[in-house]
Amino acid sequence: MASIFGFFVTHFGILRKEFWPLLVGGLSNGFIYAMVAIGYTMVYGVLRLINFAHSEIFMSGGFASFFLMRALIGSSAPGGVASVLLVIGGVLGGGLAGAFMAMVLERVAYRPLRRRHAPALAYLISAIGASYFMFNLAGKEFGRYNTSMAQPFVNHTIFTLFGAPVQMLSMIIALVGTVMLITLDRVVGSTKLGRSVRAVAQDAETASLMGVNIDRTIVIVFVLGGFMGGAAGFLYGLGFGINYTMGFTPALKAFTAAVLGGIGNLRGAAIGGLLLGVVESFSIAFVNGAYLDVVVFGLLIAVLLFRPTGILGERLGRSA
Amino acid sequence: MIKQWLGSPLARRVGTTTALAVLLMVMTGPSGSTSQPTAGFVQSFSERSSFFGLFVTQRWLVWAALALIVSALIRVAKWLKSDYAEMVAIPGRLARSAQAPFQTKKPVRFGTYGVLMIVAILLPVFVTDGFWQQSLVEQVAIFVLLALGLNVVVGFAGLLDLGFVAFYAIGAYATAWVTGALPAAAPFGVHLDPFWAIPIAIAIAMASGVLLGIPTLRLRGDYLAIVTLGFGEIVTIFLNNEYGITGGSTGSHQVPHFTFHVGPIKYAWGLGPVPYYYLTLGFVVLFLIIFSRLEHSRVGRSWTAIREDEVAAESIGINPLKYKVMAFAIGAASAGFAGVMTAAQTNFLSPQTFLLSFSINILVLVIFGGMGSIIGVVCGALLVQVVSTWMDHYTPFGFQSQDLYMYLGAILVAMMIFRPAGLIPARRRKREIAMSEAGEGHMDEMLTGDTP
Repeated sequence: MASIFGFFVTHFGILRKEFWPLLVGGLSNGFIYAMVAIGYTMVYGVLRLINFAHSEIFMSGGFASFFLMRALIGSSAPGGVASVLLVIGGVLGGGLAGAFMAMVLERVAYRPLRRRHAPALAYLISAIGASYFMFNLAGKEFGRYNTSMAQPFVNHTIFTLFGAPVQMLSMIIALVGTVMLITLDRVVGSTKLGRSVRAVAQDAETASLMGVNIDRTIVIVFVLGGFMGGAAGFLYGLGFGINYTMGFTPALKAFTAAVLGGIGNLRGAAIGGLLLGVVESFSIAFVNGAYLDVVVFGLLIAVLLFRPTGILGERLGRSA
Repeated sequence: MIKQWLGSPLARRVGTTTALAVLLMVMTGPSGSTSQPTAGFVQSFSERSSFFGLFVTQRWLVWAALALIVSALIRVAKWLKSDYAEMVAIPGRLARSAQAPFQTKKPVRFGTYGVLMIVAILLPVFVTDGFWQQSLVEQVAIFVLLALGLNVVVGFAGLLDLGFVAFYAIGAYATAWVTGALPAAAPFGVHLDPFWAIPIAIAIAMASGVLLGIPTLRLRGDYLAIVTLGFGEIVTIFLNNEYGITGGSTGSHQVPHFTFHVGPIKYAWGLGPVPYYYLTLGFVVLFLIIFSRLEHSRVGRSWTAIREDEVAAESIGINPLKYKVMAFAIGAASAGFAGVMTAAQTNFLSPQTFLLSFSINILVLVIFGGMGSIIGVVCGALLVQVVSTWMDHYTPFGFQSQDLYMYLGAILVAMMIFRPAGLIPARRRKREIAMSEAGEGHMDEMLTGDTP
């Protein structure tokens, strides 16, 4: 008893001392999870299926921006306006690659099944197959080693938050993430395009009777989710490097985030992503680093068991 | 004019064929690297390659020739088929038997089984190559066992279990634990024979299956897939990091072989693969009998009912959770059993072998052969495992063993698009898929957006 008590005293001590650095790191990862989780949640909201191959969309965004950065950046990191343009270029490059791969994925692995009204199990299996195909093909063509990305800026500490250093990279991730998440929320919430997405999510049959092109809407959903995922791949690659299996763990965590926030709910995915990033970061104070993934999977199982609708509940169909 | 042509079925066919050929060329072509990301793609087309020794030219020409030949063959086959069907009205009896090749008369069926059994028994006599004898046990027989187990979960109960490898690992580590090959002390300090590990490993695997199943099997099918995947990852992380219990990333290489010692009969399995082949074969046959009996038993029929329409099944008094947990536990038990066999045969355990990709490999065997079709799963496992072992060993067209999963992934997608019920479909499954596609029944309802 005393030892358990002692465990918590020591570890909460660590948490209290390291609170701000852990919070900053957690939020920085959380934005990436949130951006990837959006892709899961949108596809789920419309098709009621978990896009297993979303991890590979993330990866392809990472690879595309990696090659783009290498082509554009010389031996030393530039500064000033060049950095800003490069970051925007990387986000666009990764995002477009992700969107393109998502489109191809929908066309090849999902649409033939949709045409045939295949049972749900078929979608899952097809998606798993597509995921394995894509990342192994990437490994074959681009090598199987982890490679760090050419940095478009010098990653120095820009300010301290209650003693916690906040680095340039974290700032950029937070900035890009916030802008993209808010933009997407507005696009889905108040444009004609977003209205068609919501209509299909709510009732596909009725929507199609009202003149919504369901096939096109589904492609839009994949493209929007793919763009966010690919851009997240770029931001992740800046910090952790590029690898053909880089998508697996972050995407699984992002899925957890999507479930945590309420799958099918855009704001839920954003909140879930940030929350998951912070929870994961804080758990460093309590467990061995190797067991971080166990904490996340445990959280996923717990959420699914006790509140499968997540924090905000499923509701892409209702006014977002 | 051009627009009209682009929309025509011929253009579509040419486009699809070209896309497929390009994809296959890249898949079978040379690899690139991070520093030369385009090298693999470019060389896939421009590398010099020979057309079955007839002439040597650039790769894309070889493939174009191949594509032409194959599409011509397909056209001829289609033409012959339609012509044949018009000319000869196939008698109804023949047509029926063609549709149901495994629904033959009992003597014929048992005769076929007998012949297959004799072939299986005599196989090590014909296959004298050491590598293949070893592979028959490690890469084929064990995988047939695993595929049969996963077939109960995926095929009979319709649950997608991506953490299958976890139970396999649990079985293998339980064997090592019981035989005293792990850093963790063996139970009661007694080092048992691996034969004793069989019931213990099965019990442990089954218990973990039930423990994982009871909470998670209430979930929708796709959540279940992710949760089981997470479970598999947790087990791997645990095996990799608990040095004091599991030996960590080095695993263990002291698992003893099977020994049989009853009265005057003494036999010890050793390094030779043939005795292990017969042992595994015996268990495969046992599993085949159990599972095919199970399929048509009350339990098997309950699985079918739940799979086809859970609400209807519940309303006639079937407890879905109970039967799903049962399927999960049976699958876990057979994976645990296969774990015992592997551990005792190879004497060696490493967390590196118990990865998610292993579960995917087994899933491919089940899907390729045909979910729910025992004979299909066995044939699928034989075919896929023999071909992949062959490719791994002889490395045709520059095949690399890391590329295996690319092909397996492609198989999964292709099967789902073109032949969802598998190579040798279970008739019931085929009917279910057809019904679901016709919009009847309530198999896992899902939005199917189709513009009218």
